[in-house]
Amino acid sequence: MGPRWLNGWSLLAVGLAVLFALPVLMVAVSALAPAGETWRHLSETVLPRYVVNTLVLMIGVGIGTAAIGVGTAWLVTMCEFPGRRLFEWALFLPMAVPAYVLAYAYTGLFDVAGPVQDLLRDVTGWSVRDYWFPDIRSMPGAIAMMVLVLFPYVYLLARAGFLEQSVCVLEIGRTLGCSPWGAFWRLGLPLARPAVVTGVSLALMEALGDFGTVQYFAVDTFTAGIFRTWLGLGDRVSAAHLAAMLLGAIAILMVAERMARGGARFHHTTTRYRPLTRLRLRPLAASGAWLTCALPILLGFLMPATALAVWALGEEGMAIGAFLTYARNTLVLAVPTAVLAVVLAVLLGYGRRLGLSRAGRVAIRVAAMGYAVPGAVIAVGVLVPVATFDNALDAWMREHFGLSTGLLLTGSVAAVIFAYLVRFLAVAFNTVEAGLDKVTPSMDAAARSLGRGPLDTLRRIHLPMMRASLFTAGLLVFVDVMKELPATLMMRPFNFDTLAVKAHELASDERLAEAALPSLAIVAVGVLPVILLSRAIGASRPGSASAAAGLPPDAA
Amino acid sequence: MAGLSFQDVTHRFGRRVAVDGLNIEIEAGEVVCLLGPSGCGKTTTLRLAAGLETLQEGRILIDNDVVAAPGAALPPERRHVGLIFQDYALFPHLSIIDNVAFGISRGQALADAQSALDKVGLGDRARSYPHMLSGGEQQRVALARALAPRPRVMLMDEPFSGLDVRLRDRVRDETLALLAATGAAVLLVTHDPEEAMRMADRIALMRSGRVVQLGTPYDLYNRPADAGAARFFAEANTIRARVGADGRVETPLGTLQAGGIAAGTPVEVLIRPHAIRPESGGQGVLARVIRARLLGADSLVEMSVGDDGMVVAARVAPPILPAGGAEMRLSLDLGQCFVFEDRGSGPK
Repeated sequence: MGPRWLNGWSLLAVGLAVLFALPVLMVAVSALAPAGETWRHLSETVLPRYVVNTLVLMIGVGIGTAAIGVGTAWLVTMCEFPGRRLFEWALFLPMAVPAYVLAYAYTGLFDVAGPVQDLLRDVTGWSVRDYWFPDIRSMPGAIAMMVLVLFPYVYLLARAGFLEQSVCVLEIGRTLGCSPWGAFWRLGLPLARPAVVTGVSLALMEALGDFGTVQYFAVDTFTAGIFRTWLGLGDRVSAAHLAAMLLGAIAILMVAERMARGGARFHHTTTRYRPLTRLRLRPLAASGAWLTCALPILLGFLMPATALAVWALGEEGMAIGAFLTYARNTLVLAVPTAVLAVVLAVLLGYGRRLGLSRAGRVAIRVAAMGYAVPGAVIAVGVLVPVATFDNALDAWMREHFGLSTGLLLTGSVAAVIFAYLVRFLAVAFNTVEAGLDKVTPSMDAAARSLGRGPLDTLRRIHLPMMRASLFTAGLLVFVDVMKELPATLMMRPFNFDTLAVKAHELASDERLAEAALPSLAIVAVGVLPVILLSRAIGASRPGSASAAAGLPPDAA
Repeated sequence: MAGLSFQDVTHRFGRRVAVDGLNIEIEAGEVVCLLGPSGCGKTTTLRLAAGLETLQEGRILIDNDVVAAPGAALPPERRHVGLIFQDYALFPHLSIIDNVAFGISRGQALADAQSALDKVGLGDRARSYPHMLSGGEQQRVALARALAPRPRVMLMDEPFSGLDVRLRDRVRDETLALLAATGAAVLLVTHDPEEAMRMADRIALMRSGRVVQLGTPYDLYNRPADAGAARFFAEANTIRARVGADGRVETPLGTLQAGGIAAGTPVEVLIRPHAIRPESGGQGVLARVIRARLLGADSLVEMSVGDDGMVVAARVAPPILPAGGAEMRLSLDLGQCFVFEDRGSGPK
């Protein structure tokens, strides 16, 4: 706590922030670079389509996630019906499924050759040309996929929002003549609005960043465009232009979220909390509520997971040897990223606790902003400076030593891990911060006055006390890395396939049965943090500190 | 020898001055209470002594060694001070014995920790964990932990306010006895005047970052430095008046010496409720009872006195409990009445 430490920690924070802000800055700066012929061509032909498609996708996902998320959250917090307690945590399950995996599963199910149409033809005796069947690989299909896996964000925050409301307010509303529905529309929903807005904007950011689904469904949005321009046309400047525009969209979304929430930061007028008295539903209403909660779980988790399991175990499934190779590659990327992210998060979080200069505090906010930035944008932002560095080094070495270093960092594991850290440090940081909060400032002071230095205190007090949070943070980063597709696809070393990459390639080659096993593995591991999350939330009660340990980071 | 001394210490948070030119010396073995309302700078003073805040101006000495001067402050871990908080700050993941042994760097830490625990009467709870202990027991563990490294200075921030009222007095006395045995200089922060008077050898009354008065509890109670200091220890009836030509102040309750305040000066006269005494004979000021309430050890009597019916509150010993409307005769205990120049700061 002397000035020496203060400077050390602040310097560390500023250094990390600069390092991690670099990719985003690169993208922003490259948007200023003069655009080439390709860009003119792009902006005349495909850009309007990108814009319109992205907007349609966001509107669809926004409405869908809000409706399902708020509806289910209200039902499980305010009503009593059979299965409610099960639904309360099971509604998180779709979170474990990446949208692109859901897309593979539904394509397999609803394709011309899939079991659903097979059954239809068997029953009716029609042939393929006799009937119309909705094409899952379309814009509405993409919206449906994303809604089904992203609504839990809204559910999570809306549920917390409803739980935090004092029952007294709702009960007063009832005594003043509101029906249960009236209480929902006139009190419950307006009070939970800030939480719902945050949830929807988190879902929209995920949707903006999605690459696997739109690419697979051939829906041209910005992320698909960045990827195609980068790898297909090989035009880095145009790709960076597109990335900068996407970044602008994210920034607008973040500001909009702030504004929508800022005006409505409701303070609870009463601090008295009682267990909720849930409205007991009559049989008909109860079955309606049951269906409302069961359908998203069935469609977003049970059905796709079952289909993937059946295909994975079938004879066309991936060979176990190949699977292990992809799993090992995934671990090679995910484990070091998770460990590094937790270590950096602890250093930043503890540094903040010891007291940082203003620059240090700003730096931490900057370093934790990457989560809002889509993987494709970060990939562009990392690859541009890395390639420049590689080329410069190569030229310099050739000139002075006559030997070529080639591409040293481009396509290296280190570069990929760096990109992941830029994107996922926020996940670890927010979780670690929540864990640090368990150590009261007076415990710090007590340990220091008992003769322990800052690092000794960290080792003997903070780390043991926040073991669970460290584990959660690592797990969250691990799972995010495992699911991450665009950055991995653009940056991975040559011939280095992870589970996500391989699933994407196989699915794109119409080899869905083979893609099933890696997809299923991603879902299975993804279920772990969901379980942690639902347990943490179950343990928290209104009025107590929120279950922040498992929350997805507030992207702001 | 001064165990802990503050010399001209000033500390600002942004533009707000939290501590303003503080000078206090605490002898080894002495207990000094920093007393004042919240926000008066008392906790900041304690945190400066512990090294939890970086000193900006002045000096802080422990055992005559400078531990903090501007730009050169020892970190908390090198000051050898004991620290006790309102929330005790026990480490929840360590057993009681490990908590107490935490600050002992000598070879036989566990044996020392055990004897420290024995001293606070918790020798048999060594293997328990903090959450298994009652509030009073946790407080004693915090005390044992702070005392185990044998600090020369003990800093205590509202150490008893987390305790049940009935438990508090006993724990205070036990704590005092243990502290006395160590000979450490003790700085105790509290907002409770009764606690300060019970614990302190000397009290430093603080307001807006400054020490208003520093002295024994007897001095502060009986010779308050200003009206605010007098009011802080006990509620009082305030009467505004002017000093007469004879150097005395006339009030509806009687005439008081102005104590050298110049004639014509506006003054505040503070009369503690206990200073108003019922007279049985025909002597004294006539008052009419408005209402009376029995509060237990005292009766609170509100009455009107004088021509313009000024309302004053008196505390009298039961069984006196006059009915509303009754007439009483009153006299003043001048030792509990104070006259201060009216600076317009008191209640109107």
